[in-house]
Amino acid sequence: MIDLEPLNNLYSGIIAENKIRALFPILHQEVNGKPLVYFDNAATTQKPIQVIEALKKYYEVDNSNIHRGAHTLASRATDYFEQTRNLVKEFINSPSSEEVIFTKGTTDSINLVASTFGRKFVKEGDEIIISTLEHHSNIVPWQMLCEEKGAILKIIPIHDNGELDLEAYKNLLSDKTKLVAVVHASNALGTINPVKEMIEQAHEFGAKFLLDGAQSTAHLDVNVQDLNCDFLAFSAHKVYGPTGVGILYGKRELLESMPPYQGGGEMIKEVTFAKTTYNDIPYKFEAGTPNIGDVIAFGEAIRFINQLGKPAIREHENQLLEHASERCANIKGFIPIGTAREKVSVLSFGINNIHPFDVGLMLDASGIAVRTGHHCTQPLMERFKIEGTVRASFAVYNTTEEVDRLVESLTKISKRKN
Amino acid sequence: MAGINSIQEEIISEFEILGDDKESTIYYIMELGDQLPEFPEEEKKEDNIIKGCQSKVWLTTTLDGGKVCFQADSNTDITKGLISLLIRVLSGKTTSEIINANLYFIEKIGMGNIIGSQRSNGLSAMIKQMKLFAIAYQAKINA
Repeated sequence: MIDLEPLNNLYSGIIAENKIRALFPILHQEVNGKPLVYFDNAATTQKPIQVIEALKKYYEVDNSNIHRGAHTLASRATDYFEQTRNLVKEFINSPSSEEVIFTKGTTDSINLVASTFGRKFVKEGDEIIISTLEHHSNIVPWQMLCEEKGAILKIIPIHDNGELDLEAYKNLLSDKTKLVAVVHASNALGTINPVKEMIEQAHEFGAKFLLDGAQSTAHLDVNVQDLNCDFLAFSAHKVYGPTGVGILYGKRELLESMPPYQGGGEMIKEVTFAKTTYNDIPYKFEAGTPNIGDVIAFGEAIRFINQLGKPAIREHENQLLEHASERCANIKGFIPIGTAREKVSVLSFGINNIHPFDVGLMLDASGIAVRTGHHCTQPLMERFKIEGTVRASFAVYNTTEEVDRLVESLTKISKRKN
Repeated sequence: MAGINSIQEEIISEFEILGDDKESTIYYIMELGDQLPEFPEEEKKEDNIIKGCQSKVWLTTTLDGGKVCFQADSNTDITKGLISLLIRVLSGKTTSEIINANLYFIEKIGMGNIIGSQRSNGLSAMIKQMKLFAIAYQAKINA
């Protein structure tokens, strides 16, 4: 394990940018002849060296299949694997580590709930509420479930600034509502939703609440007991961890009442050809050999965030977002998309008369990585009557100098048609 | 009018001047697109869209004295620039010249590196469609 203690000295009001950057090897390269500026963090964050080293060490030293192993490597791998579960438990303040399930990613976590909770508890005529802001991964599983069950999908509309219409939400809630599945922070616009209040309102009608934390867990304090959400789904790779690891938190009584997701090894207590009894949570939902190495490495990502502290991360990213929003507003033809009062560090925009793809290509040519397109939120794009946006999203290792380079390039790009 | 290969050579030498600088190359391609004659709005219909491109590309053709003329537009500037290169090489040529054309300039100017593999597939779709038009016209001429 890498000693992160020296990092504690880095925090002094704002995050000491250059020292943080030193921990991310990938950032130190040229792209198209220019120093890389990585502003595609909402798609995936880069990984600090301790995550990369942990993954390497796992395969060099500890690789073994976990649980039930009678040898030293197996028990070591199991310990490290379960240590990450415990770190996640603390990271989201879950009451217990058994309520933390490892999946492949946010999408897998949501599908797990749709396939188990949904299959067992959602009946014909029941209603599921989602919002206009949702990523396709929090739309399609519910559409599939509703189609199968004859249930009805209801959509919370948004205001022009990208905030949810909370009055409309209240009116959608009823005794028919079985589940509300809403994103904590929008991937396309950055809007932070007032989910604590929304969860309370859903509970008043006996509905369960699934919180999609894919875009919030790297930036905001996500405390499942305080929020009182019934499920939380998020991905390790958007939180400085490896790809291929997701988390599903669920309240114990719900998880225990839900049928298994997939059948196989690990998820059973006893198998006979006549009948199989299932394992306890969380293993009931973890059939097959999990992504051991990446889960273990994810532990290092959580330690990294804990060392910096979410408030420091958020303060730094907010400064970048403010700086970017202010400077970009002066670019001719700049059209911000999503101007909610509370946002994570996402700047979504268009440039008048220029297709987002062209903007992305020109930025890439100057070494700046952004995402362009519909961001897997086609209904949201339809709401704004646009094909897509350009999205710059900031992380803890980004700097104001990098934002200035973005502004400089956008100014040049905009001049082509404005 | 210059032959297909001499136009390709012209393009290759123009791109050589730009060298390895991706930014200037992309801006240059987009500027070429800006110079395409205006494409009528009413022709921007589903029937004229080339399938297989990520961007929307509309292509129409006319046959004039045995020569095929292409008009095109796209919703992205980079694609418009790329198709303007194809039009420069192929438009105003006979059907058999178009059908038999070997468009080596695309590889020579390193287009794959400039636009990425997905866009390169789109470019192939454009070329295929232009050749299909020429084949159809030739069949009509021979009928």
